[in-house]
Amino acid sequence: MTDKINVEEINLTSKDFQSDQDVRWCPGCGDYSVLAQVQRVFPTLGIKKENFVWIAGIGCSSRFPYYMDTFGMHGIHGRAPAIATGLKVARPELSVWVSTGDGDLMSIGGNHFIHACRRNIDLKIILFNNKIYGLTKGQYSPTSEKGKITKSSPYGSIDYPFNPTSLALGSEATFVARTLDRDTKHLQEMIRRAGEHKGIAFLEVYQNCVIFNDGAYSEYTDKETKSDSIIVLEHGEPLLFGKNFDKGIKLNGFNPVIVDLNDGIHSVKDLLVHNEFDETPVRAFIYSHMTDDPNLPTPIGVFRQILKPTYDESVVAQINDVTAKKGKGDLETLLFSGNTWEVE
Amino acid sequence: MVKKEKNGKEIKELNDVTVMFAGDSGDGMQLTGTQFSDTTAFLGNDLSTLPDYPAEIRAPLGTLYGVSGFQLHFGSSNVFTPGDNPDVLVAMNPAALKVNLKNLKPRGIIICNSDAFDSKNLKLAKYDSNPLEDDTLSEYNVFPVPITSLTIEALKDCGLKPKDVTRSKNFFALGLMYWLFNEPLEPTLEWIRKKFQNKAEVICGNEKALKSGYYYGENTQLFASRYIIAKATLPKGTYKSISGNEATALGFIAASELSGLPLFLGSYPITPATDILHHLSKHKNFGVKTFQAEDEIAGISSAIGASFGGNLAITSTSGPGLALKTEATGLALMLELPLVIINVQRGGPSTGLPTKTEQSDLLQAMYGRSGESPVAVVAATSPSDCFYMAIEASRLALKYMVPVILLTDGYIANGAEPWKIPHANELEKIDVTQRTNPENFHPYDRDENLVRPWAVPGNYGLEHRIGGLEKENITGAVSHDPENHDLMIRIRAEKIQNMQKIIPDLEIDGDSNGELLVLGWGGTMGSIIEAVNEARHRGLKVSRSQLKYINPFPKNLGEVLSKFNKVLVPENNMGQLAKILRDQFLVDVIQFNKMKGLPLKSFEITEKIAEILGGKK
Repeated sequence: MTDKINVEEINLTSKDFQSDQDVRWCPGCGDYSVLAQVQRVFPTLGIKKENFVWIAGIGCSSRFPYYMDTFGMHGIHGRAPAIATGLKVARPELSVWVSTGDGDLMSIGGNHFIHACRRNIDLKIILFNNKIYGLTKGQYSPTSEKGKITKSSPYGSIDYPFNPTSLALGSEATFVARTLDRDTKHLQEMIRRAGEHKGIAFLEVYQNCVIFNDGAYSEYTDKETKSDSIIVLEHGEPLLFGKNFDKGIKLNGFNPVIVDLNDGIHSVKDLLVHNEFDETPVRAFIYSHMTDDPNLPTPIGVFRQILKPTYDESVVAQINDVTAKKGKGDLETLLFSGNTWEVE
Repeated sequence: MVKKEKNGKEIKELNDVTVMFAGDSGDGMQLTGTQFSDTTAFLGNDLSTLPDYPAEIRAPLGTLYGVSGFQLHFGSSNVFTPGDNPDVLVAMNPAALKVNLKNLKPRGIIICNSDAFDSKNLKLAKYDSNPLEDDTLSEYNVFPVPITSLTIEALKDCGLKPKDVTRSKNFFALGLMYWLFNEPLEPTLEWIRKKFQNKAEVICGNEKALKSGYYYGENTQLFASRYIIAKATLPKGTYKSISGNEATALGFIAASELSGLPLFLGSYPITPATDILHHLSKHKNFGVKTFQAEDEIAGISSAIGASFGGNLAITSTSGPGLALKTEATGLALMLELPLVIINVQRGGPSTGLPTKTEQSDLLQAMYGRSGESPVAVVAATSPSDCFYMAIEASRLALKYMVPVILLTDGYIANGAEPWKIPHANELEKIDVTQRTNPENFHPYDRDENLVRPWAVPGNYGLEHRIGGLEKENITGAVSHDPENHDLMIRIRAEKIQNMQKIIPDLEIDGDSNGELLVLGWGGTMGSIIEAVNEARHRGLKVSRSQLKYINPFPKNLGEVLSKFNKVLVPENNMGQLAKILRDQFLVDVIQFNKMKGLPLKSFEITEKIAEILGGKK
C-alpha cells in the first residue's frame, strides 16, 4: 500500500511538482491541461513527493515525466506498464503513475496494458487519447474512427477502432474512468479518484490534438452540443443529461435507450442508477459502448471501481507466507541442501 | 585389471565409461539417466551429463524423431565432457537403437528391450528386418533382454494397472545397469520411497522393477562380466550434482545476499532457460521476487523498472527471446542502470532447435542493438561455473551500472557435474552504493570509472528523470547537442572498457608461448580440455585457454595471442568469436566450427590440432 502520511505535514503545493524543464508541447495542446491538474492534485494525495514515480513510453504524452519534478522514466514505445509493473513489484510503497497515448497503450503496448489490468497491479494509468499519432506527424491510431483520412490513410482508414474504456473493463481493471481535457474540474476529480484507488486505475482522457486532429472531441466540449452529447456518471445518481437534465438513459433488454422525461410516460424512476461498485462489469461495459452509438450520449466519470487484492500486495503476502512456513532463507543451508556427498 | 566373483563372473576395472540411455520421450529416460548419475556421483566418480531430448513433450511412440536420450560420462579421473561416443547403449526400442547406433564405439555394448522389437516398431524405426536377427549389429556386444515382459512378470502382485506396470520398465533397465557397473540400489530405492510416498503400489512396482533388473544381471548367463570404475580423486569437500540452470539460479540468490539487494527476476518461459525461473520461484523465503511476464519484452522491461527501484534485477531467456529484448537492452544501457540478462543459447536462428545447444548468439549479444550500444558480455564454461558467473555478472552490472549479458548454453544449462560446494562466507561481497545525499546531486555525474550514481525513488531531494532520449552528461537534461552526443557515446563505451581493471587476466593451461594456442569461450571448455589432453598424450605440444569475459576481453588477451604462431578457435557456431578476434587484434585465427546442436566432440578437435601441428612435437 502507498505510504500515506498527514497532508499538512507534507505541505506541498503544485509548484513543488513543476520540473525545471521547458514544456515543449504545441501551444493549445490538451496535454497542458492534464499536467496542470496532476500538479494540482498531487499535493492533496497525502503522499511524499519522493514516493511518486512517473513512467512513460513514447509519444507526445510520454514526455510527461520530464515536466513533473518527481522520479521519472521516459521509457520505450508501449512498455511503460511493464516497466511500471516491475518497479511497483520491487517497491510496493511507491505511488507509480503511467502517462501514455492511444498509439503507445492501445497499439504497441496493448499486451502490457491488458495484462496490467488483469493482474490488478497498483498503477495509475492516464491515457491521453487524441485518436491520432501526433509525434510522427499525423497517422491514424487504433482509436481513430473508421474512414479517417490521414497521411497514412489518404483514402480513409479501414481499421475498426478500439474503445479503450471497454478494453479496460474487459481486461478486468478495478478502476475505470473517463474524462475530458477541457473539463478541468472533472479532470481534476478523476485524477484524484484514480490516485486514491488501490489497484489498477485506468483513466481515459479525451484530449485534443490541435495540430493533427483538432476538434476530435468538439461535440463533447462545445457549449452548444455538450449537454446533449455527454452524460456524467455519478455514483447513486440516475443517468440524466440534456440542457435541463430532462433526458435519461434506461435499459431496454441489454440496450441503453434515451427517454424523454417530458413525454408524460417516463419519470426518473425508469432510469438506470449508476453503481460504481457493481460486482459485475456488465453494466459498465454497456455504458462504455454508448460512445460507439452516434445516437447516444458519451458517458464520462467513474465507470467502475471495485476492490480486490492487488498483484503487488499478493507478491509480498506470498513471500511472507512462504517465509513463515520455511523460515527465512539461509544461503549456506541452501547451498548444502539436496543430495550431497563427502569426498575425504 | 580383472577379478573373479564368487559366481564365476569377472569384474573388470575401467578408467571411464560413457553410457547412453535412449527410448521414447515418454519412457522416462531423463529420469533413469539422472538417477544413474546421482548414484555414480554418490560413489565418488567424476561425471558429466548430456540430456538430449526432442522438442515435443510426448512425440508419437516408436518414431525416430521421438527418441529421448541421456548421455553420461563417468570416470575415475577428471571428466570434462559427456563423452564423444558411448561405450554402452541402452535402447528401449528400435528407434532408439537406430538413432544412437552411429555414435556407439566399435565393439560397444548394446542392451536392448527385445520385446519392443516387433514389426510395428521396426517399421516405425524404418528397419526392413530385425537388427537383432540380421548382421546389423555383428560388430557390437549385443544383449537383447525382454525388459517389458520381465517387468510385467515381476510386478504382477503390486496391484498396478497394466499400462502403469509397463511404465516401470525403465527401472528394470536402471537396475540392470547398476548391476553391470557394480553400483548400489539404495540411493534410488530411497528416492523412489520419498518421491511416491503416498502411492504404495507405485513404490512396489518401481522397487521390484529395479531389483529384478539387478538380479537379472546377477543370475542369468547372458553377462559374463561386469565393470567397476574407481573413485575419482577429487579435492576434499562436500559435493552435489548440479545442472547449469540450477547453478545460475543459486548464483543469483547468492549475488542478492552478497550485495544486500533484493533479487527481482522478470521472465517469460522459453526452452532451455525456463528452469532458471522454476528454481528461483521456489526460493521466496529469500525475498526473491519472480515475475512471470506476459512476454519477453515485459520480462526485461519489468526488470528495468525493478532496477530503477534499486533491486538486483535480472531477466532470463534464450536466443529468440534475446532478440525480443533488444530494444529494452538498449534502453537499460542508455539509462545506465544495472541489469543482468541471461541467455541460455540454443540452436538458431528463429525457433531453430529449441532443445539443442549452440553458441550462436555471441554476435547478437555483442552487437544486436540499434546505435552504438556496448554492453558487457560474459560466459560460463561448465554447469557449476554458471554459479560463479551469475555472481560475477551481477558484480559487474552493479559496479558499472550497465546491462551485462551472461551467455550459457543448452548443454551446460541442462547437463550436470559434481560441484564442490563453496561456503557462503567464502564468497566475495559485492559492494553497492546507492546515492542518498541530495547535495550537489546530478543524475549523470561520473565517478573515476565514469559510472553515474544510482539514486532510487523514495529518497528526498533526489527526484530526477531518466529516459531513452540522449542526456546531457552530468545534468541528465534531454540534449540534442552534437558534442554531447559524441561524448556520451564514448563514455558508454569507455565504461565497459574500464571493467578490464577488475576482471581477471586470461590464464593459460600449458606454455605461455609456442606454436599453437587453442582458444575457446564458454561452454566448449570441457571438449577442448579433453581434446588438448589427448593431443598432449600423443606427444603434441599445445596450449589452451578459455574466455569467460568477452566484452571487455581480459586486458592481457592481445599479449597472449601474440605469443603463439597459430591460434585455433573451436566454436559451436560459424566462427563468431573468431570474427571478433580478427577485428580487435588482427590475428588470423584458425577456425573449427560445428553446428550440430551437440557439444563439440573432443576427438574432432584433437584431429584438428594434429592436422595444424603436422609432424611438429
